[in-house]
Amino acid sequence: MAISREEVQHVARLAWLALSPEEIERFAGELDKILDAIGIVAELDLDGVQPTSHPLDLVNVWDDDVPRDSLPREDVLANAPLADGGLFKVPTWRQ
Amino acid sequence: MAPVIDTLRLTAEGAKGLLERGEISAAELHAAYLDAIGVRDEELHCFLSTVDRPEGAGVPIALKDVISTKGVETTAGSKILSGYVPVFDSTVAARCKDAGLPLLGKTNLDEFAMGSSTENSAFGPTRNPWDPTRVPGGSGGGSAAAVSAGLAPWALGSDTGGSIKQPSALCGNVGLRPTYGTVSRYGIVAFASSLDQVGPVAKTVRDVALLYSLIAGRDPLDSTTAELPEPVRLPEADSLAGVRIGVPTELNEAEGIEPGVAVAVERAIALAEELGAEVGACSLPRSVRYGMPCYYLIAPAEASSNLARYDGVRYGPRVEDESYQEMVERTRDEGFGDEPKRRIMLGTYALSAGYYDAYYGRAQKVRTLIGEEHREALEQFDVLVSPTSPTVAFPIGERAADPLAMYLSDVLTIPSNLAGLPGLSIPCGLSEGLPVGLQLIGPQFGENLLFRVGHALEQALEFDTVPERLR
Repeated sequence: MAISREEVQHVARLAWLALSPEEIERFAGELDKILDAIGIVAELDLDGVQPTSHPLDLVNVWDDDVPRDSLPREDVLANAPLADGGLFKVPTWRQ
Repeated sequence: MAPVIDTLRLTAEGAKGLLERGEISAAELHAAYLDAIGVRDEELHCFLSTVDRPEGAGVPIALKDVISTKGVETTAGSKILSGYVPVFDSTVAARCKDAGLPLLGKTNLDEFAMGSSTENSAFGPTRNPWDPTRVPGGSGGGSAAAVSAGLAPWALGSDTGGSIKQPSALCGNVGLRPTYGTVSRYGIVAFASSLDQVGPVAKTVRDVALLYSLIAGRDPLDSTTAELPEPVRLPEADSLAGVRIGVPTELNEAEGIEPGVAVAVERAIALAEELGAEVGACSLPRSVRYGMPCYYLIAPAEASSNLARYDGVRYGPRVEDESYQEMVERTRDEGFGDEPKRRIMLGTYALSAGYYDAYYGRAQKVRTLIGEEHREALEQFDVLVSPTSPTVAFPIGERAADPLAMYLSDVLTIPSNLAGLPGLSIPCGLSEGLPVGLQLIGPQFGENLLFRVGHALEQALEFDTVPERLR
């Protein structure tokens, strides 16, 4: 299945990536080749096959509800590019 | 005066003996490895950072830079995490600390563990100690190369599609990808959560088993972990009497397996028979043909979700812009390298409306078939064997421009990873002067069996793990 430049642009938007026109061009070609190779999963008859989301048969893993301290606020903010008044600081949302 | 330490030959078990007998102090041992790093790492670039004054009285360890270490920069090989200093330890780092293992440093990797050559690191490639013009494999090339070059007695890696097993094969040492769920992922920079698994790299199977015993087991901080059904046993026996070894045709005759690799693996299988194992052929009809496609739908889909957290808000460098949206989009475009972007794009596409059922949904069902095939083969046989990598270490740059060619490096390690099974790679010979890895696959929680078979073969093979050019 071929992937168009418009689709690449749409996917980049969904993925929050500001790709350059050069990147969009290149990824369109690369993704096309990759999708071609992995598209062979369409060959298999998968009727009645259950999906696997986790390789172990773990069901309802319970733990006691033991309260413990969360990280101190200054630790949480320590790696932030911009913090102010104990909060992460970000630019305003574009309406 | 402290004895002169040959870090190229010293095993972790040997180092432990020196410490226990008081023949050397932990600080001297740590210093000996830092000296070796000083001598050889400028060429090899195994380490992204080293630690001068660590805590602990045991055998020092190197950790792949996806493993969060409190107070020590953890970058995942990405610009988007440069300067990030974790404020908490991952469970595996905490268990290493509890066991008294001083940290040597953090090792290089393909960005976010995405790759098979360590060329995707934002901080430059690692080189193979056997031949510095070649790759060490990946994504954990730094950990594997460090062990082979005598820069660390043992190390931890992480394996999603083959990132422990394949570099160990290409660098000529022992690497274990444990059963999914036996080692905690808490504090590991996430790539594909249903596949990611931390595991040991070392010169011997016994060292790998020892390190595995220190990190494995249920962790309340990771609900996908399970308790080991039996304690880890350090292997001793050199007989393989009573062990049934299956040779899956598709894994051993896959397209692209180099003749020299096939010869070394066949020799190891013949040796297993001499040691008393019963060897027979078996089949995994769909696992090899559909394993790679299945993996490259599931892993990028999970990655696209996991990597959504890098938004320039909580950590990492930010590209300032007028609006929140532009800031996030530009930060991500600047911060991620090509391979993470490619996988985010692929995964976002595979999960997007209209394509979910055809791609991600189908891949999850193919994964079920692959798991069933492996289970059936492991009802007939105790372990399965194949080459770990179809080729020996390839030249730096050879596959860098062709993503698909790079993806095929993991064609033999991916199927059992999708099935959640443990895999041990041990060196089984040389081809063109470069190491060949033998992959041993066991049933879930079958690590002790893998250690037993791996150890017996290791004794019989007598592979010299020290790269010829460094002897």
